[in-house]
Amino acid sequence: MMFGHNEKNVGIVTYGAYIPRFRIIPEEIARVWGEDGQAMKSGLMIFSKSVPYPDEDVITISVEASRNALARSKIDPEDIGAVYVGSESHPYAVKPSGTIVAEAIGTSHFITVADYEFACKAGTAAVQTSMGLVSSGMVKYALAVGADTSQGAPGDALEYSASAGGAAFIIGREKVIATINRTFSFTSDTPDFWRREGQAYPSHGGRFTGEPAYFRHVATCAKELMKIQGTKPSDYDFAVFHQPNGKFPTRVAQQLGFEKKQYETGLTTPYIGNTYSASMMIGLSAILDVAKPGQKILGVAFGSGAGSDGFDITVTDEMANYNRAAAPTVKWFVERSELLDYGRYAKFKGKIVMKE
Amino acid sequence: MSNPRYWRENPSRYNLIGRRCENCKGVFFPPREICPKCRRKSLGKMKAYKLTGKGKVYSFTIVHDPMPDFTLMKPYIMAMIEMEEGVRLTGQIVDCEAEKISIGMDVESTFRKLGQEGGSGIIRYGYKFRPV
Repeated sequence: MMFGHNEKNVGIVTYGAYIPRFRIIPEEIARVWGEDGQAMKSGLMIFSKSVPYPDEDVITISVEASRNALARSKIDPEDIGAVYVGSESHPYAVKPSGTIVAEAIGTSHFITVADYEFACKAGTAAVQTSMGLVSSGMVKYALAVGADTSQGAPGDALEYSASAGGAAFIIGREKVIATINRTFSFTSDTPDFWRREGQAYPSHGGRFTGEPAYFRHVATCAKELMKIQGTKPSDYDFAVFHQPNGKFPTRVAQQLGFEKKQYETGLTTPYIGNTYSASMMIGLSAILDVAKPGQKILGVAFGSGAGSDGFDITVTDEMANYNRAAAPTVKWFVERSELLDYGRYAKFKGKIVMKE
Repeated sequence: MSNPRYWRENPSRYNLIGRRCENCKGVFFPPREICPKCRRKSLGKMKAYKLTGKGKVYSFTIVHDPMPDFTLMKPYIMAMIEMEEGVRLTGQIVDCEAEKISIGMDVESTFRKLGQEGGSGIIRYGYKFRPV
């Protein structure tokens, strides 16, 4: 039960996000596959999803998000001692995304780097590892990135939600804009969603992804975290949960006792789709874009397979001195959009077999 | 492109690192070992210099007959960018429709995939530009 206790004032020193500008809407996907677009839209509560350009992948998205984080702070990249990139769509099976990200943001070579994978919560696992390294004094700053260019098989329900985006948090102990009071995790062996080695598209257990997977893990993690912290939903100004679609986080928020005004700020999936490892982290970034000193945030990520990472966060007075305007907000990324038809979407996503 | 050649150029492709002559303060990109103005006076005085990534479109062209790595992006924009530091370099413009590009447009660098050695080879990354 002591896991995740933070007595060293570790927290988020700076953050940045990145979302590609292209979008496709459920009606267009449904038109091609003979489905009811309106039903998919209202069933999933997804109005559009982001699509990466052919020259964007997890590495480019991670670099952009990390550079946005650095732009907002005065951190010398050479003070970063660890870089972790969480994703389930790393461009290489063998060769770390993190080495390229580290080099592209100008860290020194005397750092530790690793790529993480835990379905949609690989980014928050990176945040937890970063907290440990920082609080133990092993590193001054650690960069934790969650990014994905997720895959959904053509015609599958996932194709309506699987999107692209990333968020980067630099964890440290000095000039912290948001203290992570405690992190807490709930994990079990639950086969709700998976992708076998070499397979292009993931598989899922349909409705099994709901109650035994998403809802059990997110709700248990949130409840236990609040129990340990001695808090209740009304103590938080904002709440953000993993967002595989718009419906699940809305329902779990309501089940836990949160009101719309608490969870709507971080609910970005209806407009950009499920950015997988970045999903909760982009939602948290959207909250940090507007949060004021003293406000409290509850964030709970979920990764299939399955587990949830929860975070009890308090925005500090340092936020008043922080240069949020030095990088684009999540709202800016959400609003800059260009719609694609299914043909261009299929081309951008590499779904068309080309001649070598 | 061979891996070593690609790897050697990473600092300039990833972070726009050129060189500045400490003698005449001239900035060069890609990096040069000797300043063409100061010649032998610049020996040992060519220091690494990171460009800000901001500049203006000096000239451009729309490519309709692309190299294989660019097929999915056709038609795409290639431009000469005059950087804030005065040097000019060539790069692709992304996040901009071909009909919207113009000479003098403010642009900034972005990190993108430049190409790859087929499905099993190395992926090359580096700078491109987008409208500010």
